[in-house]
Amino acid sequence: MMDHHIVGTSVPRKEGWDKVTGAAHYVDDMTLPGMLYGATVRSNVARGKIRKISFDPSVNWNEYVLVTAKDIPGKNCIALILDDQPCLASGIVNHPEEPILLLAHADPHKLRKAVDGVSIEYEPLPHVYTMEESEQRSTIIWGTDNTFKSYLVEKGDVDGVWKEAAHIVEGEYFTGAQEQLYIENNGVIAAYDAENGVTVWGSLQCPYYVHKALMTLFGLPENKVRVVQMETGGAFGGKEEYPSMIAGHAALLAMKSGKPVKIVYDRMEDMVATTKRHPSRTRHRTAVSKDGKILGGEIEFIIDGGAYATLSSVVLSRGTIHAGGPYYWPSVRIRTKAVATNTPPHGAFRGFGAPQSLFAMERHMDRIAQVVGISPVEVRRRNFLRLGQTTTTQQVIRENIDLNHLLDRALELSDYAAKKKRFTQENKIGARKKGIGIASFLHGAGFTGSGERYLNSLVGVEAGSDGNVRVLVSSAEFGQGTNTVLCQIAAEALELPYERVAIAQPDTTAVPNSGPTVASRTAMIVGQLVQSAAMGLKQTLAKTGLLGEEYTPEQFRAACPEYIAAHGTLKSYARYEAPDNVYWDDEKYRGEAYAAFAWAVYVAEVTVDLTTYSVTVNDFVALQEVGKVINPVLAAGQITGGVAQGIGFALYEKVVWQDGRMLNNQMTNYIMPTSVDLPPIRVFFEELGNIHGAHGAKGIGELPMDGPAPAIVNAVEDAIGVRFSSIPLLPEDLFEALRPKYLEQEVSSPVRGTA
Amino acid sequence: MNPSQQSIAKSEILFTVNGDARKVLAHPMERLLDVLRNDLKLTGAKEGCGEGECGSCSILLDGMLVNSCLVPVAQAGGANIITIEGMSAHALMKPLQEAFLECGGAQCGICTPGMILAAVHLLEKKPEPVIADIREGLAGNLCRCTGYMQIFEAVAKAARRRVAT
Amino acid sequence: MRADPAEYKLVSPGNLQATLSVMAGEPAQWLPIAGGTDVMVLFSAGKLPDRKLINIWNIPELRQIEVFPERIRIGAACTYTALRRHENISREFPLLATAASWTGGIANQNRGTLGGNIANASPAADSLPALLVYDAELTLISVRGERRVGYRSFHTGYKQTVLAADELIRDISLPRRFSEYLSHARKVGARNAQAISKVCLAALGQMANGAIRDVRLALGSVAPVPLRLSGTEQMLAGKQIEPSLIEIARKTAMSEIRPIDDIRSTARYRAAVAGNLVAEFLEKLAEGTKA
Repeated sequence: MMDHHIVGTSVPRKEGWDKVTGAAHYVDDMTLPGMLYGATVRSNVARGKIRKISFDPSVNWNEYVLVTAKDIPGKNCIALILDDQPCLASGIVNHPEEPILLLAHADPHKLRKAVDGVSIEYEPLPHVYTMEESEQRSTIIWGTDNTFKSYLVEKGDVDGVWKEAAHIVEGEYFTGAQEQLYIENNGVIAAYDAENGVTVWGSLQCPYYVHKALMTLFGLPENKVRVVQMETGGAFGGKEEYPSMIAGHAALLAMKSGKPVKIVYDRMEDMVATTKRHPSRTRHRTAVSKDGKILGGEIEFIIDGGAYATLSSVVLSRGTIHAGGPYYWPSVRIRTKAVATNTPPHGAFRGFGAPQSLFAMERHMDRIAQVVGISPVEVRRRNFLRLGQTTTTQQVIRENIDLNHLLDRALELSDYAAKKKRFTQENKIGARKKGIGIASFLHGAGFTGSGERYLNSLVGVEAGSDGNVRVLVSSAEFGQGTNTVLCQIAAEALELPYERVAIAQPDTTAVPNSGPTVASRTAMIVGQLVQSAAMGLKQTLAKTGLLGEEYTPEQFRAACPEYIAAHGTLKSYARYEAPDNVYWDDEKYRGEAYAAFAWAVYVAEVTVDLTTYSVTVNDFVALQEVGKVINPVLAAGQITGGVAQGIGFALYEKVVWQDGRMLNNQMTNYIMPTSVDLPPIRVFFEELGNIHGAHGAKGIGELPMDGPAPAIVNAVEDAIGVRFSSIPLLPEDLFEALRPKYLEQEVSSPVRGTA
Repeated sequence: MNPSQQSIAKSEILFTVNGDARKVLAHPMERLLDVLRNDLKLTGAKEGCGEGECGSCSILLDGMLVNSCLVPVAQAGGANIITIEGMSAHALMKPLQEAFLECGGAQCGICTPGMILAAVHLLEKKPEPVIADIREGLAGNLCRCTGYMQIFEAVAKAARRRVAT
Repeated sequence: MRADPAEYKLVSPGNLQATLSVMAGEPAQWLPIAGGTDVMVLFSAGKLPDRKLINIWNIPELRQIEVFPERIRIGAACTYTALRRHENISREFPLLATAASWTGGIANQNRGTLGGNIANASPAADSLPALLVYDAELTLISVRGERRVGYRSFHTGYKQTVLAADELIRDISLPRRFSEYLSHARKVGARNAQAISKVCLAALGQMANGAIRDVRLALGSVAPVPLRLSGTEQMLAGKQIEPSLIEIARKTAMSEIRPIDDIRSTARYRAAVAGNLVAEFLEKLAEGTKA
């Protein structure tokens, strides 16, 4: 019996040594004999019919492999949900940078000239660039009404609340696109031969998503497609669905050429052509009692999905379910939709709809407080969900979460009261104004409703003759700690040292489908399955009498080869079983949306410099209840990383659009925070447990994305009394809001141009 | 640009890489990053941006931290180059590696080689850095995963341990 | 990487005379490359039109910093790191040392050069306003000899300079007479490091008997060239600093500049912030705090 716990301690990252020695092997570090390099010819119009494709005669096209849509053996689509997105455009393009042709050459330096040597003539078609244009439906660019998906959530008697309301509070809130900006660009190597089919090595989150997409694209059976995940340099959702596209491209070139093909994007291409966070607009209309309690209201939420459906319906789903925040709504109507525009499709990015609708909710709470005449702290206290109450989707809160206590603790940790008092004094003079703002929120972990049942995840644990154990999952490591956490869980279940447990590289020929590495589900759901599979392994050995109920690691090590000699392999599998009392109605969008919610209160302290109109975050407190912290250092790292991205979302990261295309597609001009831009981010955890998660864990990967932006914009309002409802909030935006009247004079002949 | 322009000849470039005398045949304008990765198979330095913003390609050139994506290989002739692969014997390497592992300084790991070299460069010049020094020393290395906090901790810890020994 | 290195010639004569001969032999054909922090970004993006480059990174005459009684002479290929580390420069020309610390991160400061910054002639370059207020003088050199050019007349338009097709900047010299001035610099970028400036102020001021004896103001990123605010300076000379004067200075400064809307910022924002920075400096000068 172990006298210490592995789960709950900060064991070192399982693949950490390779990472700190530069030995970790990412896609671009790998080459195969005879390998070619691939490139993509992309659309330079937002929407149009392809009329003519010409090839510059000065390029020696014989040297190149060329692939068009006609070369696709299976179905020309990236299989995901609606299957409306072509792998290669054929006849019509629907967004700038849409892939049309593929080229490959042995010398990567020869590709740019060839790509530039392809000229495409288009017959332009009417296009739509914004959500507003799209919802007006004067130009239809997708389906019959530009709408990928819509949801309606209703609870209580919304129409009846208005007459009782002492206040009716309205607000409109916007969030912009955000680029995931993983430091490793999208990349893949593909090989093809008639016997084995397609093999792909890639930087990716979901090997089985790519596997499914390639099966469809090539018309191949399961066992003729192999997907292997390489060390992945950051993902954040940006490598959830996009890799299916780039893998399809590389595989088509490999098939056409008979040689392995590597496609690795450079930063400019990755930024301009791949997915981003869905821009959003939320409208709130809330009936509030005279003491600030929410009586009911209407929430309208719309997201911009770009040109094809991809994952928009699911992002919309999560945004819809989180739109009411951690508050009790006696009545509510939530109407949401995802609409099409002629821009590159938007996709998964940490938070996945929740940061968007929670930004609105948390800004709106401060607005309600203002109208009612109470503090932002008080308005939240009066509306927090409690044990036994129901959420907007009528999910009963079954855990004793005390959000008031969480709020109290966050206020204490951030020295909120004292600072507020001090700032009021200090702000009277000088050009620097300080403010402090809060955000309270929740984040549901795992797939929504019956999603986990649909995923039907399978996990394996295997022991070798050497007595070492391997975890078999398709769950990917991309920095967030999958390898470490799952090995910790297995080691603890098997009562073995952490060092004796490894995790297999996700390879669809070698590991079962444990579901995609998304939705903050890995520690909680896959971890639970790993624990079950490990217990199963123990029981297998116990049943044969090779191991007692209590045993030492040495006894385990001795038992394995004996078992394997008699039975061939020593493996145990565990499959997901949906909990009995979890009921979700997909039609009415009602019921138990998630197996567990994590809860949080974040506090941001900012300085607004009125000389430069810039906002700096000076201090940040992130307090969250997460069920169980499996690895404290890794968990804290998830929070600080997510908060940093949230600060970027709020203050720095603006996608500049021009004609449906990202104009600032370079790191010089798309601004993420550096080491001198971020405040100390102070992280604190509480643990209430979770009956549906491994060791009581809840998902934490995406939670930290939800709080920073509203906390910061709340703090800015606290500092200067100006109400901003749109992010990113740049100095130029602050300036426009504060522009003194005597500066109405226009500056001498400003010239539009680029510097 | 004349499309049939003659290709420029490759030339021999000699330098020292991780203590070994090396010779490559390369076009003078090939990026040092590509020569290290493709010719010398030293893939620790990474391309994150190709514009000298992210620091993932950082290496030490004659003792100076530089972005190897911005150095034409011809300018590295005669230089003493150290990449992450050559750091194992460096006195700062063990404390940094241990500290990075203990503190969570590496998540996805793609920025880590550059980050560690930047930390080495900093600590060689400022063995007892305050937090402002650490922030400034790493300002040219972007990390998207950690939010930097645990990297700062790791560098500070490594510095303390180094001073203590 | 969007360029084919096979198409680019890079020669390294290794000494100044040989370099100048090559450039004279084919004027405007050879792009000098020092640290490469500008050129290589364009190259990687496939946007470098020049196919012939001449390496000036390794020329010793361009790397020296010499201290004379009246002036300091900085070799054009001195890096920002070298500037920051030089005792006289950090002590006597803090605006230049500060600008050097703002340019990129450490890795780019180890490679970027002052001469490269000047020759690249971006109005957003961090060190150029400092050179304007310090009355920098450039020595330009070619096979035809050398000539001195006051930095104030070096830039003639957006990315246009008086540098001839066969000329290099050999050194930048600064008169050593600003130690008694209050110096103040502020760069406004999208973030605190690794940012191209939206507005950048370098300012020097000296008071005597309660009035402005000398004031020098230069701004980057508000015009096609880095700009000395001569109009504002003339208006301020000899005056006592009061709130009403500061407001006039703000408006005068805003009338001298011609900022634009671009991918990074807006003309209106730049104008307002430029005005604010000038006002902030004058308030500081009035308080008499030395940097």
